[in-house]
Amino acid sequence: METIIQGKAYVLGKNIDTDQIIPAEHLVYSLSDPEEVVLYGKYALSGVPPEQGGLPEGNVLFIDEGSCHSNFTIIIAGPNFGCGSSREHAPFALKVAGVKAIVAESYARIFYRNCVDGGFAIPYETAEQLNQVIKTGDELKIDVESNTIENLTSKITYKLNPLGDVFKIVEAGGIFAYARQENLMPQA
Amino acid sequence: MQQTITQKILSKAANRKFVNAGESIWLNVDILLTHDVCGPPTFDIFKQEFGPDAKVWDPKKVVVLPDHYIFTANEHAHRNIDLLRQFAKEQQLEHYYDVGTERYKGVCHVALAEEGFNLPGTVLFGTDSHTCTSGAFGMFGTGIGNTDAAFILGTGKLWEKVPESILFTFDGEMPAYLTAKDLILHILGDITTDGATYRAMEFAGEAIFSLPMEERMTLTNMAIEAGGMNGIIAADKIAEDYVKARSNKPYELFQSDSDAQYHSKYHYNVRDLEPVVAQPHSPDNRATVRSVQGTKITKSYIGSCTGGKLTDFVMAARILKGQRVSVTTNIVPATVKVARDLETELYDGQTLKRIFEDAGCSIALPSCAACLGGPADTVGRSVDNDVVVSTTNRNFPGRMGSKHAGVYLASPLTAAASAITGKLTDPRDFL
Repeated sequence: METIIQGKAYVLGKNIDTDQIIPAEHLVYSLSDPEEVVLYGKYALSGVPPEQGGLPEGNVLFIDEGSCHSNFTIIIAGPNFGCGSSREHAPFALKVAGVKAIVAESYARIFYRNCVDGGFAIPYETAEQLNQVIKTGDELKIDVESNTIENLTSKITYKLNPLGDVFKIVEAGGIFAYARQENLMPQA
Repeated sequence: MQQTITQKILSKAANRKFVNAGESIWLNVDILLTHDVCGPPTFDIFKQEFGPDAKVWDPKKVVVLPDHYIFTANEHAHRNIDLLRQFAKEQQLEHYYDVGTERYKGVCHVALAEEGFNLPGTVLFGTDSHTCTSGAFGMFGTGIGNTDAAFILGTGKLWEKVPESILFTFDGEMPAYLTAKDLILHILGDITTDGATYRAMEFAGEAIFSLPMEERMTLTNMAIEAGGMNGIIAADKIAEDYVKARSNKPYELFQSDSDAQYHSKYHYNVRDLEPVVAQPHSPDNRATVRSVQGTKITKSYIGSCTGGKLTDFVMAARILKGQRVSVTTNIVPATVKVARDLETELYDGQTLKRIFEDAGCSIALPSCAACLGGPADTVGRSVDNDVVVSTTNRNFPGRMGSKHAGVYLASPLTAAASAITGKLTDPRDFL
């Protein structure tokens, strides 16, 4: 796994539910056919009301018109990120768009599990309200080993909560890789 | 001793005598549920990880109920049904309920109950967040993603963190104007949409145990709206009678110990509560119907796993009999069984179907339909600046279709009363 994750921040508010991450009408595309997979990138975060996307100003597109890939690598959000439906299409869409880590105050359980077990993006929690102090477009650097996130734009470093129990699954790259490593299932 | 019902069920599934809240344990799964949105990607992952010729761990324990995007011209949605059909055939899954056949059921959470899959003391995982609905039967049910479901398909096991429990006790006799939907919306207003994250929500008290199973399912169904891992109600005689009428499989009854440890406890008397709605755009944005009475609506929607069961339609019929609706009113039975019951179930001498048709409602075919928006041609999907009163479960921006629409979550009584006046209306005005 990468031990340093660096890229631009896309800042969101609280209770970003899975319908905002990937609206239900888009759940019909294949998650394995490469031609259709890119559509999940195209529509990632397309359900977020425009004024709430890319805080503090808002009205910042996560995906540019006509693109399937985002210029933003790290999502910063408030509490209860990923609430709502169980659709794994949500973290999948963020991954396809190029997101590598999410830093939120808290997560809904299923979204959190999906991120970890599917190996899509690392779901970090923080005690601080980072979406109040980090701005969309700030350049961020996450150090996976020291559990810190540095805002290279403002030169301030914040602590991330250690991943705890799930670190070994994140490190392995998902539940299947972890289960093989631990001999919980046959080797591929 | 000192265990909640959720801990006891998880202990059994982990072959343990006792499990502590907070520990991560491996569970043996009794049933895996999937549907047309998450089934195909789950099967893909299963084949990728276990091999193209791999067999599921137990074909009798896999239940596939297509229900989300059924009555649509969307080709991708049709392809998903084809993929389910193909996998069910390859794996010889006897519990596949194919679209376009006599076997088609409708909304999975309601169909699971109707078909006798909900058995007290068992562990159900499903690729749908409302899998918690089945907790009304004194069992553990929770939602998961495709990867976790694929893992279960191959191994029959999954890790889970044992949740702390929150106990909600409702005393008193349910008044005629109050429904399970009002109770859960009330709770949501109190604890908010992440108030039960990673926790079990246990419901008890005389008001709960007086409810029929379908009303209990409304409560456990919306545990996920508070972030709950599961909602649970200990099985009593009403639950056992329901189960025995639909299954001859063995089951085990569990109850929380009197000295069980809870994260927190809430106590209500139903006589103190009144009809409520969740205002746009969050299920915890509670207001009494009286306080928002008169707000203009453009649609009323009665359907879904939350509010499309027979009891929901009986309640709606109580209000709509002999009345005319003044806004588009969609009646969407959750399942084929519910749809058939509308034709035979009488209220005050008339079938529910007749009552709804005479009132000017349109009755749709059973599926998830517009609860989650769905493809553009979905019945009841919100458009533009619609203001919808709905018996469904979520009202986040865009949930029912249009990003600009506002959805008020309400009981079937409130949705029916509001349909008549075209404004949010307290059902007591019609009872």
